[in-house]
Amino acid sequence: MSTSLILLIILIVGLAAYFAGRARAMASSKGKLSVLHSLPGYHGVYVAIWAVLPAAFVLAIWLLASPFFVENSVRSALPESVHSQGSATTELMLGQVMQVANGLKLLNTEELAAVTSGSSNLRDALAAKGVPMANAGETYMVEAAQKYNSLKDGSRWVMSAVVLIIAIAGAVFAIRGISAPFRARNRVERVMLGALLLASSIAILTTVGIVGSMLSEAIRFFQSVSPSAFFFGTVWDPRFSAAGSGGTEGQFGLLPLLAGTLYIAFVAMLFAVPVGLFAAIYMAEYARPVVRGIAKPLLEILAGIPTIVYGFFALVTVGPFLRDISAQLNGLVTGNYVNFIQAQSVLTAGLVMGIMLIPFVSSLSDDIITQVPRSLRDGSLGLGATRSETIKRVILPAALPGIVGALLLTASRAVGETMIVVLAAGVAARMQLNPFEAMTTVTVKIVNQLTGDLEFNSPQTLVAFALGITLFAITLCLNIYALYIVRKYREQYE
Amino acid sequence: MNMMSEAAVEKALDQKMNTVPFKMIGKDVSVYYGEKRALFDVNLNVRENTVTALIGPSGCGKSTFLRTLNRMNDTIDSCRVTGKITLDEGDIYDPSIDVVELRARVGMVFQKPNPFPKSIYENVTYGPKIHGLARTKAELDQIVESSLQKAGLWNEVKDRLHESGTGLSGGQQQRLCIARAVAVSPEVILMDEPCSALDPIATAKVEELIHELRTNYTIVIVTHSMQQAARVSQRTAMFHLGNLVEENDTDKMFTNPDDQRTQDYIMGRFG
Repeated sequence: MSTSLILLIILIVGLAAYFAGRARAMASSKGKLSVLHSLPGYHGVYVAIWAVLPAAFVLAIWLLASPFFVENSVRSALPESVHSQGSATTELMLGQVMQVANGLKLLNTEELAAVTSGSSNLRDALAAKGVPMANAGETYMVEAAQKYNSLKDGSRWVMSAVVLIIAIAGAVFAIRGISAPFRARNRVERVMLGALLLASSIAILTTVGIVGSMLSEAIRFFQSVSPSAFFFGTVWDPRFSAAGSGGTEGQFGLLPLLAGTLYIAFVAMLFAVPVGLFAAIYMAEYARPVVRGIAKPLLEILAGIPTIVYGFFALVTVGPFLRDISAQLNGLVTGNYVNFIQAQSVLTAGLVMGIMLIPFVSSLSDDIITQVPRSLRDGSLGLGATRSETIKRVILPAALPGIVGALLLTASRAVGETMIVVLAAGVAARMQLNPFEAMTTVTVKIVNQLTGDLEFNSPQTLVAFALGITLFAITLCLNIYALYIVRKYREQYE
Repeated sequence: MNMMSEAAVEKALDQKMNTVPFKMIGKDVSVYYGEKRALFDVNLNVRENTVTALIGPSGCGKSTFLRTLNRMNDTIDSCRVTGKITLDEGDIYDPSIDVVELRARVGMVFQKPNPFPKSIYENVTYGPKIHGLARTKAELDQIVESSLQKAGLWNEVKDRLHESGTGLSGGQQQRLCIARAVAVSPEVILMDEPCSALDPIATAKVEELIHELRTNYTIVIVTHSMQQAARVSQRTAMFHLGNLVEENDTDKMFTNPDDQRTQDYIMGRFG
């Protein structure tokens, strides 16, 4: 019986249990529903939970544990000559046995008999069925494979039976417990609580797992490169690690990358903040409901465009445009038509990233500005202030903490942005202040260090994890600080 | 000035009420919120240096009328006003009128105290700074002191002018809002249920203040409290379902109203 079939049967049992539980509750109410503590539906769900959950739990455990036991017993059945060659060979042979076992299932009885008796070649017989084998195969393999198959099938049958019995037993147990005063509703509520708790803990555990794995790889990196050389190094030159050369002569200075990251983020914010903020003020204070209803979703479409598309836009349109226009300008002034803005530059990346950030700034700020109570607006207007005076002197100061929080959230996005800078910022890791030249960012270098065929034990690749955890720490701090500010000043109007 | 003579002055003032000139004249004022009509051809005049109380059950249009007097209804998109309202014989809905200037002449105090989240000093100087009423710091200080004194708040806050206005008690906040309105030197002050969020002691202080402000300002006050209307006002106007039912001297209104509906409302039979 396949796993999905077992699952389907469990669900059918659960469905039947639901109706049985309902019916039982209805019957015990003797026609007066109000004597029941819980509605019949809750009794049904309660019984269904008892039918499905324990059975599904046992099924999952069995599926996880049984291959381990089966392989162990097959491994110990392998002849001494295999074991004596060390564990690597044993594992290899075990793999082959499992391959053979799969192939044996495809043979019909006559072919099987021929193979077992040794009259036909195992390799040829299996190859005819489309199962390739690395070597001719030994006789013990057929034996072991048959043992493997029988163990596996046996385990599967026992599992099916056990799971079905548990499902039915659970349902029966639950049905017997049903009576009018039984608090099925509260029990179901508790199961719901458990499910919600499980979901949120999965999300949290995943984060912890990601941080843990990054941290452990980063520690491996710091075993070969000293943290001070990484964090305070001013030269980024990882070299290439040739196989077997063990060359760790590269220099892994973080500072040029960090400088590029912050510079590009700064240029992006320089574009995004004024435009986004003014757009938010217009949307919140001036726009008529009709205009707002159309313009706000349109602005937010910008936020839905994949960043790789922005990257293309920068690479194909903005970069060449800036390059050409700088050449024209230079020509007009000096007569020498040489561009002073590179196609890949801080300016290109920052400009396009700024465009990407506009909807974040505007929609977050818009929410915060509309939260400022109407009474403050009325108070200011009632004193004879104009709208822009009201905005400048009352609304923006009142909304400022929230807006600063929104800007910090946006900045952390700018720091972590990857695709735009990969395509538009260039790969030259240097520290300089000219926005018309190419610079590179932490994210670009992570992509660079991890693309291609790699071995994960040289500093050249492990540095990506160190970079990743640094970036994570920066954005995490920005986010926490932003949330702290937003929360601290939220109660101000109360 | 002793109590007797003050009372005598007031009585004389009240008797001369019918000779007091009109500060604002409302003629056939109607207000629409979208399709819904909230006011029906209201003809109501506001006398100079007089407290005029607007009373009536909830939703009767008294606040709406109040807000037409300094065009605060303009801030609501769907709102439309017809008819004519004049301030010193100038039409305030004339296209040539600057609404900002109008609101400087007709100030407003709101139902809920709404000090800006700034210092007490900055709250009071907000209006004067916008309208350029002071050229030096000394002049500003002078305005702050006199406004807070007029609002009866000076003694309580003079030592903490630079603390936040939102840190004051509810009654103090409302008097700060009154000081803020007074600082612009308006001619008319509109008050929209100024005491509804205050406790009785704070209410008494604000009422006393309204009484004093009357000598320099024309005041229009919306209130739900009949006693308050009787205590602070000289003229009372009764609204019902968007119509002006009756407008009369306050004494007459509460003793011998002309309209049966006013009588019923004052006696508490509806509303």
